Order: sequence, then C-alpha cells, then structure tokens
Amino acid sequence: MVTSVTSFSRTGLSDWLIQRVTSLVLLAYFIVIAYQLLGSVDYTSWRLLFDQTWMKVFTLMAALSLAAHSWIGLWSVFTDYLTERMLGPKGNVIRLFCQLGASLALVGYVIWVIVIIWS
Amino acid sequence: MLQVSLYRYNPETDEAPYMQDFSVDTGDRDLMVLDVLELIKADLDGSVTYRRSCREGVCGSDGLNMNGKNGLACITPLSESVKGGKLVIRPLPGLPVIRDLVVDMSLFYAQYEKVQPYLQNPTPAPAIERLQSPEERAQLDGLYECILCACCSTSCPSFWWNPDRFVGPAGLLQAYRFLADSRDTATEDRLAKLDDPFSVFRCHGIQNCVNVCPKGLNPTKAIGHIRTMLLNRAT
Repeated sequence: MVTSVTSFSRTGLSDWLIQRVTSLVLLAYFIVIAYQLLGSVDYTSWRLLFDQTWMKVFTLMAALSLAAHSWIGLWSVFTDYLTERMLGPKGNVIRLFCQLGASLALVGYVIWVIVIIWS
Repeated sequence: MLQVSLYRYNPETDEAPYMQDFSVDTGDRDLMVLDVLELIKADLDGSVTYRRSCREGVCGSDGLNMNGKNGLACITPLSESVKGGKLVIRPLPGLPVIRDLVVDMSLFYAQYEKVQPYLQNPTPAPAIERLQSPEERAQLDGLYECILCACCSTSCPSFWWNPDRFVGPAGLLQAYRFLADSRDTATEDRLAKLDDPFSVFRCHGIQNCVNVCPKGLNPTKAIGHIRTMLLNRAT
C-alpha cells in the first residue's frame, strides 16, 4: 500500500502550500533571469551579477525551491503510477528505486548549485 | 439504424471483456441512451446486463460511459452522445466490472463512508428541529443535490490511480456539504481526517468531475473550499 512516509512534509496541506510558494519563488527568479537575458549579456556582466550576495542567496533559494517543488511533483507521479495497484508487487520496489534516484539527483543538483555559486 | 457497440463481460463464461455490435432501430427518434439499452435487452439480447431504476435522473443507478463521457443513460439523449452515427457504451471506468455494464461500487462507497456523511452534533436535539437561517441553508445549495451516481469520481484519474486513498470528487463534495452545515459541530475532526497527502490533495483541479456531473454540480469548487478551510485551520 502507498503511504505518505516519503512525502516531503507528510501532510497534504504543507506539500500543497510549499509547492505554491516555491512556484512563486521560481517565477520571480526566472523573471529576473529573463530580464537580464533581454539586455546585453556578456561574461563580465553575468559574473558581476552572480558575484552579488543577493543574487547568490536568490539563486540558492531558487535551487532549493526547485528541489522541493520537483520532489512534491515527482512524489505525486510516482505514487500515482508506480504502485502495487498499477504494476503488481514489483510496483513498490520500482517506486522506491525511482524515489531514491530522484531524491539523490535533486540533492546532487542543489549541492552542484551551491558549489558553482559560492565557490 | 443506430450502430451500438456494447462492452460485454461475463466473468463466469468469458475469459476477457469484448465489444459486441448491435444495430438498433430507433425509428429516427431522439431516444435516451437507456431506451436504446432497453431495446437491445428486449429485442436483441436479453443477457445484456446494466443497472437502472427511476429512469429520470434521480436514482443515479445507470451511470455509464457513453462515447467516452460519463453520464446517466436515462437523461442522456442520443443527439448529445452519438458521434458519427455510432454509440459506444462502456461501464464507468476505474471500477471492477461485475458483469457487462455493472461495476462494483464498493471502493466508491468506502470513500463516501470515510467522510462521515451525516450530521454530527452532540448537543441535545431541540424539540422540533435544529434551525438554520436562510443564508446558512443556502450554503448547502449545490452540495446536497448529489445522487452518488459515481460519474464524477470514475472520470477522475486521481481516483483511478488511488481509489483506496483519494476520497474522490463525490466523497469530497459530501465532505464539504457537512463542513458547510451550520448545524454540524464536527468540523475540526472532519478537517483533521482530510489533512493527508491523498484524501483531498490528490485533486489537481482538472475538472473532469465538473464536466460530467449530470446534476450540474461543481466538486472542484467544493474541494477548493475544503483546501481553504484546511489552510485557515493551520495558519
């Protein structure tokens, strides 16, 4: 049986709210990036932009938001389609492997962003 | 002649479900789909099995999938459902088939039972009735009219994938019917039981339920109200 133990916050309301708040953070971040891209972008200006502390913090917030948002979405997809009901007993094993793979990838991406931005 | 393709399955004799074609003489009348089924059963094949009762959209027995859309056969005219001169009739999707067009509604009713669809108020009952103002009573409009035909829940992919954990639009409409009732005092308990990742929050708002409800109700709106109540309770 599918349980909630691997969900992000283990309550439906928190997951739902986190997904909405993170989507707003991502929207704001991508608007800022789009605004920058619409102007003239070269290595120097791009470097100067990401050298500023607010941009580093904003980028980290966006990376964390993307990870949380993706996990909640992927968790919904996995618990819809990769279940015992859909795939038989092997569904639970496949789901756990996919959840493990997705969580490792998301943690990896966040660490990667931190290394790029703060190193 | 109307070409009708009917889902057939008798678990006692058939290894797998199959579609059976019938040519039905409707006399060029705009019959209801249920009338066509009655003609088939009376004149062409008496073994065709389906549920029906009131034949006027009140009992909710004959929920079926007609040319891909759920609805009540008794109030769905051929002019609305026939496409290209053909009518394909299948059982409601997502529920186990007992025979032909009859599905096992146990999962649907289990979810309905989960929301405790009855008034809860431990205070002593007044001599005559618990009164409501007209405004309080109006809060129940669009909620109490549900006839539990299951057209909405069986058109919802979230209910197809998790019928044991997602309450489904029909159950949630009834959950809100009692959350919105000024006479009910179990609001906190009702909300606490809905605050998991599946019961309410598997609804992604695609509104299939609104699209098919034969009574014109709006479960998605009711689910939105439940979310707001959960949010207000938690913040």
